[in-house]
Formats: sequence, structure tokens, C-alpha cells
Amino acid sequence: MIKKIIIDSEGNKFLEKIETISGEKITSCDQCGVCTGSCPFTDNMDITPSNVMRKVQLGQKEVLETKTIWVCASCLHCMTRCPRGLDLSKVAEALRQISLREAIDNFDIDQIDKEETKKLPPIALVGSFRKLTG
Amino acid sequence: MRIAVYVCHCGGNISDVIDVQEVAKFADEQDEVVLAKHYSHMCSNQGQNMLIEDIRKHEIDKVVISACSPLFHGETFKSVLEKAGLNPYLVEMVNIREQCAWVHYDEPRRSTEKAKSLTAIGIEKVRRNSALEKLQQDIGKNVLVIGGGIAGIQASLDLGEAGFNVHLVEQKPTIGGRMAQLSRTFPTNDCAACILGPKMSDVGNNKNINLYTNSEIQDISGTLGDFHVQMTKNPTYVDPDSCVSCGVCADACPVKVDDEFQWGISKRKAIYIPVDFAVPNKFLIDENSCLRLKARRKNSDSQVCGLCAKACPQDSISFEQKPEQIELDIDTIIVATGYDVFNAKEKPEYGYGKFEKVLIAPQMERIIVQQGEGKKTRDIGKRIAFIQCVGSRDEQLGREYCSRVCCMYATKLAQLIRHSAQVAGQEKDIYVFYTDMRTFGKGYEEYYKQTQKMGVKFIRGRPGEISEDPFTKKLTVTVEDTLNRQIIQSEFDTVILSVGLQLSAGGEKIADILNLPKSTDGFLQEAHPKFKPVDTQTEGIFVAGTAQGPKDIPDSVAQASATASRAIRLMNQGKIFNEPMKAFIHTEKCDACGKCLNICPHKAIAFSSKSIVRINQNICKGCGSCIASCPKDAIDLQMFTNEQLSKEVKAALSNKKEGERRALIFADNMCTYKLADSVGTAKKSYPIETRIIRIPSSSRVSPKLILQAFILGADAIFIGDCEEKSTPFKDSIQATECNVRVAKDILKKVGIADNRINFFQFVTVMLPKFVNFMHQTVEIAKQKNPITLEQRRILEDNLQEYLFPN
Repeated sequence: MIKKIIIDSEGNKFLEKIETISGEKITSCDQCGVCTGSCPFTDNMDITPSNVMRKVQLGQKEVLETKTIWVCASCLHCMTRCPRGLDLSKVAEALRQISLREAIDNFDIDQIDKEETKKLPPIALVGSFRKLTG
Repeated sequence: MRIAVYVCHCGGNISDVIDVQEVAKFADEQDEVVLAKHYSHMCSNQGQNMLIEDIRKHEIDKVVISACSPLFHGETFKSVLEKAGLNPYLVEMVNIREQCAWVHYDEPRRSTEKAKSLTAIGIEKVRRNSALEKLQQDIGKNVLVIGGGIAGIQASLDLGEAGFNVHLVEQKPTIGGRMAQLSRTFPTNDCAACILGPKMSDVGNNKNINLYTNSEIQDISGTLGDFHVQMTKNPTYVDPDSCVSCGVCADACPVKVDDEFQWGISKRKAIYIPVDFAVPNKFLIDENSCLRLKARRKNSDSQVCGLCAKACPQDSISFEQKPEQIELDIDTIIVATGYDVFNAKEKPEYGYGKFEKVLIAPQMERIIVQQGEGKKTRDIGKRIAFIQCVGSRDEQLGREYCSRVCCMYATKLAQLIRHSAQVAGQEKDIYVFYTDMRTFGKGYEEYYKQTQKMGVKFIRGRPGEISEDPFTKKLTVTVEDTLNRQIIQSEFDTVILSVGLQLSAGGEKIADILNLPKSTDGFLQEAHPKFKPVDTQTEGIFVAGTAQGPKDIPDSVAQASATASRAIRLMNQGKIFNEPMKAFIHTEKCDACGKCLNICPHKAIAFSSKSIVRINQNICKGCGSCIASCPKDAIDLQMFTNEQLSKEVKAALSNKKEGERRALIFADNMCTYKLADSVGTAKKSYPIETRIIRIPSSSRVSPKLILQAFILGADAIFIGDCEEKSTPFKDSIQATECNVRVAKDILKKVGIADNRINFFQFVTVMLPKFVNFMHQTVEIAKQKNPITLEQRRILEDNLQEYLFPN
């Protein structure tokens, strides 16, 4: 089934928030795709960098769940070629910030396989629990 | 005196912000105002007729129109006054639209107060307006057309056929310009050479057109009706009268160089004819590649090579030819200098100049032409990609604009490649990578659809980069199909870059010589984007074709004909009329001290006898620089007299409330006032404490006027003018700088901070800068330690002594 996108003021708020944090005028992205064509890490991304920009433009919060924002290494290939002079690495950083604050990546210890916990570094586990407390 | 004041609603543009009724009521209360009205559209027929009726019925002798900019409707109301039987110089326009309603839209109450104040300034000025006559000047029928591309050709033909004397100057060896280098033209697929060729030969055959090819403009001075042109006709080393273009010389020539007409995809000889339909159709020698001419730079009687001269059956070749200096007297000028294409090497990620299979679109045009002529040319292979917007719509390169023709020319090239492949029974896969397809012209969308139907694939995405296989030389393009959200990484035999347009190098040079301003895209700026699209800021100079901005052939031709018509409009009557804005002397005040004589940059002032100084009205340009030098206030300027300006200043500073600060802006007519209008049109707001006073040139603002303003209550003064190279007034910037220095020194003497006076030179596109300056000036006006009444009084008491010690 084709998914419907809702475009509303809620989405606009999300867009404004990302624009404020990143300092980039995301609405001026005209979706030419030069960022994607220039990005050296697209093999490890789930959606294209220009698609990230589009989703933010339309306020689609699901963008926070994409791999792409975490794969971005801020190499700035996209920024040096963007015809509208946008810095996508700042947008990715803003999305990561929100993602962290909204604790989307928070996990429940019970959901992790017992065997797997043994393999995970304890410091990472402790860090993950601690970062959203206190 | 019976003054009538009209406040215009401008259909809500003004009345939505300003209480026009209140302004009219205020005007009615002023001395000598016998009639004050407000009306929806003063510029409409009804408005004009009402004005004429009122003038007759109420015996009005002076009129104030509080409406829009005098630069917009000034002439309209002057002609209305003439119709009503009044001298046209007895009307003043008050600009409450661009300088009030549109810039203070969020402060309706205070805007109304400011509109009253502005109207009061206008009333004060009009009181002192005198009846003047326009000055008449003879004008001839000589037109200079710079650039022999399709725009220059069309303008020359229109003017030549209308009986005007055209001098067409082209820096290249043939006319025809960029269009002559095209294969076919969209959307009809006409062969460019076939439709342009006849026009080119018409130019050569028209007895009213003097053609100067291989020629460069060196300098142009003067004004409308009196331009003086100096140019150099570079030597061709071939006598054009005896050359029969047989081509024997080229066969003999041993030198081969890249052919610039063919965009470097093939070679030509050092003696050559640019193209077989060249006009003039004569051979010439390229002095940068000819062996003998190169040798002669070191040794002036070298006899190296010379094979062409030996081969020539007509004995036409002469290595002794020298550049020829030509001088012309010209009445109007048409600039049609055309475009250069973007240098694709500035986009290194696409590898142009590095990868041999990456071409620019103009090269593809020539490959198609050469194929059509059955010549051996480059093989472009089977898989071909076009990349759009190379050097257009790219802020990284400072090129925000769309070049307007690339979508269509790429579509055309795709069609032509596809078509010739079909004829030859070959298969070609053509892909066009675009950002947005813009096929806006007549028949263009249909042409685009036709191309899609032919199987050319249009893919929405701007490629990131191209890489080359060092062995096969094949090119891999990486691009996102943005409609599919997937990445394409595919190999092509040839990649064609659809390069954008920019002002040509020749155009840059002409812009410098003629002091023509450029818009932010770097192309020449028209006087008004809608109503004066082919005029420039300088009267008598017009611009046609791509020199004004990227455009296609139909638009260039239309503009060219428009420039011809605009030039004819000026020249046809044999005379033109100028504003009577000239300096004059109040003889009763003049004591013939002679201080003004050396100040005048044009030496228009001289003693006519021992005790009488005269100003030659034919030489005076009306800059007002002389006024500051006169200790007796004996020199004055028509339309902007001392009395008018000081009363305007007084009115601008009256009704100042306790603690209120006010800033005066003296805006030159040429740039700053226009800029203020543009800021108004763009509705960019600035502080309301400002009052703009129009002056012809910043040099008109004498130190005395500045100081008078401070005496009368000004808190900061800002003077704006053009950049030195754009001002029509010689040495005016230096004069202003000197005046400002004098005024600053005197302010310091009475303990007033000298940062209260500022001077800046604008170009008409500096909208944000202007707004910034308005903010700064008001901040300066509001600074701590306001000017005290005592300081103003000391200034007043000692003014004359400070200005002219002893």
C-alpha cells in the first residue's frame, strides 16, 4: 500500500526546529541530488542524503529513524557541491541531536538476548543506561 | 500664489497605511494652499482630468502631488500641467509611497505623520519653483552598434533600413556571433547558418551600415547626441579589396592551430577564413600563430615562411599592415556584446579539460555541423549523457541565475544526435541529467515532449562527479535519480556539459568604458526591469541580447528591434530636450572674487569682464560643485536652488517633538534616490526618523547646507551618490569628500561628534546596504550626548566665519 504523508503545522514545527539547530535554510534545498551523487558513504545508507532533506522539508519525523543520519561522517563533499550552499552535515548533526534527546535509540535490557549481553562491552551498556538518567 | 495639493491613495498602496484624508487636511492648512484633495489614482485619466479642471477652475499656479516617486510619474504630471496651460516645472512630487507607505507599513500612525512632513517639504519646494524651459539640443542620425551577433545584426538592419547611419563594430573577424556557431535552432530545427547567413549578407550589402570587423572600441566619451568614439581596426594582413577567398593561401600555410570557431574540436591554418559564410568573406592572418608575424615581434624585418604570400594569386597579402585608429561622432549607442559560456574547468568534478570524452555543448554543436557537412569529426560513441546546469543555478560559483537556454539546447542536441543516428541506422542511448526542465517558450514544451517520445531519457538529478577509466577512457557518472530515490552509477562514451551563459569579456570591457552598471548576475542592468527593459541608466545607450541577461534567439531579436526603436525615438526628430538644471549667478550678490572659477570641473565659469562672472550654459552640466566655493551665496542651481534646499531642510526638521531625533538623507538622483525607490518597491523597512531629500549630485550639498541642517535640528546626515565611475558628473565625488571634510571640521569646533555626517557611494543594486545605512544613520542620530541647543546656536552665530575665515 502506498503510504500517505501528512503535511501539517506539526511537520512545520519539526522543520523549524531542525533549521534552528542546524542554522541551515532547509526549505531552500531544491532536491537536485548532487549531495547523493557526491556522497562517498551512500552504500551504507538506507535513504539518500537528498531524501533526508526532503523528509525534513515536509516534517516527516521518521527521518530520525534512518541510518543515513548516523552514517554521515561530515566529510563535506555535499556541502562543497551543493548549488544552494547548504551544509548537510549540520542537518544530520541536528537530527542526531534530536534523536538523542528524544531517546529514540534507548533500549530495554529485557529485549536483549542474554547471550548477546555477554558479548557487549559493559561500559557501552552502562553508558547507554546512564545517558538518559539524572 | 495658489497651491493645490493632491494626496493619492495609489489604489490602497498608500491609503492602506497612511491616513490620506488627514494628510490632505494638513496640507489644506498650509499657507497659500487653496485646494487639497485625496484621490484614488492621480495618474489615471480621471485623476489627470480632475487636476486640469481644478487648475483652470481654481486658478491654481503651483501643484504638489503626494503619491509615488518622481522618477516614476514625474514626467506624467509635468505633461498634465502643460495640458492645463501651466509651466511643467511648477509641479512637485512627494514620494509618500516608496519612501513612506511601503517602508513603514507596520507603523500606520507615524507613517501618516511622516507623510505630512514629506508633503510639507514638497510644499516648501514648490513655492520656490520657477517656470523653466527645457534646453534644446541638436541630434544627428549616427548609431554605434557594438557587437555583430544576431542582436547587433538585427538592430543594425532595423536602423539601416530606417535610414539611419549605422556603425557596426565587431571584435572578431566575422559577424554572426554565437548563433553562427550553432547547428540548428530550437524549436523548429532550422539550420542556424541558413537563416542567419542571409541576414549577415544583408548587413554587408546595406549602404547605411558601415561594418568594422576585427575592431575594438578603445574609448567612448560624451553624452546623448554627442558621443565620441575611438576605436582600433586591427590588421588582417590581407587586402580585403583584392582577396577573392580562393583559399590557396590556407593550403600553403604550414601552421595548424585549434579553430576557435569550431570550439577547438578541429584545426585551422594561421591564414584562414572563420567560416565559409563569413561576412566579410575574406581571409585573414592570425598574428599569434603566423610564423612570420611572430618572428617579426623580435626582428621587424624577418622573412620567415611567407608561403601564403608566395601562393596568393592576387598578391593580397601584406605583412606590413598596421592597426588603424578610427574616430567617430555618434548620437546613440546600442550595446549587443553577447555572452561567453561558463568555463567548465571551474567545475573540476566533471573533469572538463582533463577527460577527453567530456565535451561542452557548443563543441557538440560543431560536431553535428561537421557531421552534416560530411567531414571527419569526433566519434561520440553510443552512450551519451548530458549534464544540465553546469555553471548555472549554482551558488558555489556565485551564479544563482538560470541560463534559460540550456534545457532547450540540450534537448535539441539530443534530438539531433538521435535523428542522425536513426538515419545512419545506428543506435544511441541518450540521457539528460537535469535539475528542473524549463521549457517555457512558444513551442518549447511541445519540443520537449517530442524529444521524450523519441526515446531520450530525462533523469532528474544533478550528477555529483564523473570518473574516467584510464584505459578505455569511458566515463562513469554518479547521480541520484531523485524521482526514484536511487543512485545511478553508469558508464558513458561521451558526457556533454550544458554550460551556462555569462557576460562576454568584450561586454565587461564595454561596461567599463561606458560605466554601465551590472545587475547581481553580472549582466548589464536595464534601466527598469519592466518598463525600460532595453534602456540603460545612461540616456542614449541601449542594451540588446544576451549582454542584458541569458536569452534565446527570438528574445534577442525582439530586444534588438526594441533598441532600434528606442534609438530612433531619440534621433528621429533631430533635436532632444534636456532638463534646464544649470548653474546661474545672482549678479546682485556676486563680487567677482573668482573663487568659483577653478572649482568647475568643466571650466564653464569665466570672467566676461573684470567685474562680471558668467556661467556658460552650454558647458555647465549642473553638478553644483561650484556652489560650495561662493562666500556670498551668489551661485545657484536651477531646480535645486539654495533657497529651495534650505527651506526643504527646514520643513524636514520642523515639528520635531521633545527628545525626537531626525536623520536627513541627501540622495543623488542617479543612484541613491533610485535605490531608495527600489528599497520601497521591495518593501524593506527602515527607521521612520529619516527624511530623504533629492539632489542631482552629492556635490550639490555644500558644507553650508549641511551645517544649516544641524542648526535647524538635524541629528545625523547621510549623503549618498553613485560610484565615481557611474556618476554623470565629473569630479563630483572628490568635491563631496572635500565638502564633508570641511563640515566635519566645523562640527568638531563646536563639540559635535563628526560621525554625524557620512557619505557613501552606492550602486543601484545595494538594497541591503542602503537599509543598513539608514539604520546606522538613525543610530548615530540617537547616540548619547545629543546635540545641545547651545551648540546649534554657536554654530549658527559663527557659521559664515567658520566657512570662510576672513
